[in-house]
Amino acid sequence: MTMPITPGAPAVVAARTEGLAKVYGRGDAQVVALGGVSVALNAHEFTAIMGPSGSGKSTLMHCAAGLDAVTEGKVFVGDVELTALKEKELTALRRDKIGFIFQAFNLIPTLSAEENILLPLSIAGRKPEQAWFDRVIDTVGLRERLGHRPSELSGGQQQRVACARALVSRPEIIFADEPTGNLDSRSSREVLDFLRRSVTEFGQTIVMVTHDPVAAGFTDRVLFLADGQVVDEMRNPSADRVLERMAHLDSAAGV
Amino acid sequence: MLRASIKSVLGRKLRLLMSAFAVILGVAFVAGSFIFTDTLGKSFDGIMNSSVGDVIVRPAGTEASFGSSQTLPGDLVAELKDVPGARAVDGNLTDYTTFVVSKKGKLIGGQGAPGLGVNFNTAPSAGGESMFRLAEGAWPAKDGEIAVDSRTAKTGGYVVGDTVQVVTAAAQAKVAPKLTGIMEPSGSLVGASVVVWTTHQAQALYQEGKDVYNDVWVTAADGTSQDELQTAVAKVLPPDLEAVTGEKAAEAMRTSIQDSMKFITYFLLIFAAIALVVGTFIIVNTFSILVAQRMKELALFRAIGASRQQVARSVLVEAFIVGLVGSTVGLLVGIGLAIAIKALFGSIGLDLSDASLVIAPRTVLASYLVGLIVTLLAAYLPARRAGKVPPVAAMRDDVTLAETSMHHRVIAGAALAIAGAIAMGLGLFVDVPNAIVWIGIGILGVLLGVAGTSPLVGRPLITGMGRLYRRMFGAVGVMAEENALRNPRRTAATASALMIGVTLVSMMAVFGSSAKQSINGEIERNFKADYLVSNAIGSDFSPSVGDEIAKIPGVETVSRMKWGMGKVKDSDEWIAAVDPATFGSVSTIDEKNDATVLKQLTAGGLLIDSEKASKLGVKAGDMVPVTLQGKPFDVKVAGTFESSATAPSGLIVDLATWTQHGGTAADGQVFVKAAEGADMAAVTSAIDKVVADLPTVSVKDMAGYAEEQSKPIDQMLMIIYALLGLAVIIAILGIINTLALSVIERTREIGLLRAVGLGRGQLRRMLRLESVVIAILGAVLGIVLGVVFGIAIQRALADQGFTALSIPWLQLIAFLLLAGLVGVLASVWPGRRAAKMQILDAISSE
Ligand SMILES: Nc1ncnc2c1ncn2[C@@H]1O[C@H](COP(=O)(O)OP(=O)(O)OP(=O)(O)O)[C@@H](O)[C@H]1O
Ligand SMILES: [Mg+2]
Repeated sequence: MTMPITPGAPAVVAARTEGLAKVYGRGDAQVVALGGVSVALNAHEFTAIMGPSGSGKSTLMHCAAGLDAVTEGKVFVGDVELTALKEKELTALRRDKIGFIFQAFNLIPTLSAEENILLPLSIAGRKPEQAWFDRVIDTVGLRERLGHRPSELSGGQQQRVACARALVSRPEIIFADEPTGNLDSRSSREVLDFLRRSVTEFGQTIVMVTHDPVAAGFTDRVLFLADGQVVDEMRNPSADRVLERMAHLDSAAGV
Repeated sequence: MLRASIKSVLGRKLRLLMSAFAVILGVAFVAGSFIFTDTLGKSFDGIMNSSVGDVIVRPAGTEASFGSSQTLPGDLVAELKDVPGARAVDGNLTDYTTFVVSKKGKLIGGQGAPGLGVNFNTAPSAGGESMFRLAEGAWPAKDGEIAVDSRTAKTGGYVVGDTVQVVTAAAQAKVAPKLTGIMEPSGSLVGASVVVWTTHQAQALYQEGKDVYNDVWVTAADGTSQDELQTAVAKVLPPDLEAVTGEKAAEAMRTSIQDSMKFITYFLLIFAAIALVVGTFIIVNTFSILVAQRMKELALFRAIGASRQQVARSVLVEAFIVGLVGSTVGLLVGIGLAIAIKALFGSIGLDLSDASLVIAPRTVLASYLVGLIVTLLAAYLPARRAGKVPPVAAMRDDVTLAETSMHHRVIAGAALAIAGAIAMGLGLFVDVPNAIVWIGIGILGVLLGVAGTSPLVGRPLITGMGRLYRRMFGAVGVMAEENALRNPRRTAATASALMIGVTLVSMMAVFGSSAKQSINGEIERNFKADYLVSNAIGSDFSPSVGDEIAKIPGVETVSRMKWGMGKVKDSDEWIAAVDPATFGSVSTIDEKNDATVLKQLTAGGLLIDSEKASKLGVKAGDMVPVTLQGKPFDVKVAGTFESSATAPSGLIVDLATWTQHGGTAADGQVFVKAAEGADMAAVTSAIDKVVADLPTVSVKDMAGYAEEQSKPIDQMLMIIYALLGLAVIIAILGIINTLALSVIERTREIGLLRAVGLGRGQLRRMLRLESVVIAILGAVLGIVLGVVFGIAIQRALADQGFTALSIPWLQLIAFLLLAGLVGVLASVWPGRRAAKMQILDAISSE
């Protein structure tokens, strides 16, 4: 079930923002985290978001994923405008159409790996498709560990469980905020490999915030953020090119 | 370090308040008990001071207690006037069963407080003023006139000039005098009502027209002291009369009232103790959770050089602050509680609304001591654990405090439970001194022991419920179960707090239900009359009622029972008198040997319950000294018996002996039996007619009698339930507290769940299910223990008439369902707080 990515063909948009602005605080303490960002995140693509610390990456992701309210602008996932949804509808949408992977604390400590993976489905009262579940489990390579609790798994394994959880409900889009931020390079590679494969083999859509040029090298497209604006983008990146571009951005930002 | 503790408390005010709750409620109960009983004591003081004269002359041997109907001759008044130092001499007549019927036909007062009927005179009490002050109209001046106290007039709807309905236990059961005056008592009457007659009327009504008094007050002339007057009066008195100073009489009354008040204090303090034990669980739990939550902070202290003791002390300082705040607020709440208890007593007839609250220094001291000691004791273990936090925990993410082995705890708990059971067994089944203390300590031991083992004992129940949850609620159910299991001690301690209340409530339910069934069974077997005429308020009534009933066609037997306080071998006893010729056909004294004991009684003399006989050290054939109405005489013990529930008393004389020695003429109970084949409907309506306008007197058949006998049990149960309700409320607050703190602890987890799509409703349901598990666990443990305790008590009392065991299953199931409801309610607030959390804040919180 490989989804060929045809370069040049008009891509289907999985999620997009229109003039998305996010302002924290008021008056003197006001911080403009995002200043009118309009981006389109293509379906079946692996997109990286990069930028200096404080540039608004996490904020962009949180707003795009419906975890946080926007100050101005619109956010769409598929055809649905998130910014127009009520709390209940938003929860249901997150549950059914969006997957999450966080940097740390991804798993419920009282539940086994398997229960964690199936959590979004069981919250929704849905049954997993056995074939798909098996395939996801085999891809992340966790079959032996399904009965273990998070405290009995290594950090890398925990992140892979989190990936499996994000995948198993076949969301339209997965958001990952520095999923490898806490991992050593070997565990990082395992997780990134897995994310890459789920895009290539299963046609999944993934958006990932990262500081790591090597991680960015696994993606199809990199968006560069600085001071709450998308300032650049790169297709088919390699770690070296990303590193070079980052250095440039950092010096431009005066960091 | 001290500053850090204080900041930590102040920085988390809500948390402080929640942990202080348990202290507040416990202390409130201690303070409320003391304040209420002190207030009660003072209001009786008020009565006593206005109810003694400077010197009181009375028949020798009369105690200060209410209700003596001994008399002294009226000539005495004139004779004592010549005593040097006497300014005035007045004779008093006092009757305790004179009640006013309201315009609507309802009895006024009469629920415990006496209905006083007195003669009018102007004697001032030792306090200086007259006992009564005229507020309106005039004092009664001739036959057919009365004055009543203002409250009675108001409740009855009477104004000066009205004709008032009065009922008495004297030969003339009903009187309808004209109201000429309304008076104001000089102190609180504590719910009693007062009817003031002319002396002539009072003597006619209460003393068959003889010129006698119950006592005589001699008022001192200016410059004469009570003692001087007393000596002068005593000189001229015949040997069967005595003179006492007002001070002495008041002191004697005060002592006897204080003794009876002690019971109320102890009773309330027992519940305060229960509340505090429950509260201790909550405090231990709260501090354990707080320590667990602050582990990183505490570890940081350790890392930067604080010693174990310093860290532990910082937790204790926090506890001290909580205890201080809790005690202060508890004291204030206690004042409110005392007001509430006062109102409660008011609603059952003991009106204290005139009395102002007494807050003694002892009350304040006890409140702070109890609050601080309990809090510090409860915080001790968590504080020690805090000291053991390794410094490295500051740097690591996933350190949990090594839970001290559950083994020790379970073994210690089991040992304690067994020791408790043994103590309880000794108290119940073996003749040990202070059995009640053994039982109390035993119950406490078992409760604490079971609480100790409950993390283990409760596990199967939790997993059982978890299975059910899984099936019914899917993932939400699984998480609820897991949450309940993840801190077994926390769940167990929270549930144990509820367990204590439920145990005691269930125990009382089994006990009460068994008691009622035992009594009903006995009555069914032993009550043989068709009707029982008795006074609805438990005091005597006019013998004219029995006379009237005897005249009704179709009535075959009228058997009277009279009773009163007397002395047997110097011990105050309740003595009853029955007619041996007829009593056997209407009721039963001894279920097995009724015929024999009645035959013994026919010969005249005293029948004694065998247990009482051995207590008093007498046996059949002995001559024992008895005092009735202050007059001593010797009577032969005719025989002993085993009391059935229908036996009127443990000491029974025949009516002839009773009358011969001056026992009251009023009847306590009249048993009526209709002739065979009589028209029962006609007899019933004829009897009803006799008592129609005597609201104090009621007619019951067997079912009615049985119901009346179970009523006090129900009332007692209601009071005990209400008081235990407090322990349950504390336990509910404990559940709320635990859940709320757990929610804070699981902030990130909740954020994550919400991020992956858990709806607010589902989140609330998760907490609700967890809460219900805790509540049901507590209820199940409590009900099981309560039933076991109840059975043990019933078995132990089986030879004292508690022959039937009745377990009120429906009621117990209702308790379980209520507990479930309690669980649901307890989760509302924590659930709302959890649902309100912003997802992002939750995820990013440390
Ligand atoms: N809750 C908040 N309140 C106030 N300001 C905030 C809040 N969250 C973020 N900000 C500010 O918004 C800006 C963007 O923050 P954001 O977390 O999106 O940055 P980031 O690119 O994810 O940084 P990093 O790489 O360090 O994670 C920052 O200046 C930050 O200080
Ligand atoms: Mg970030």
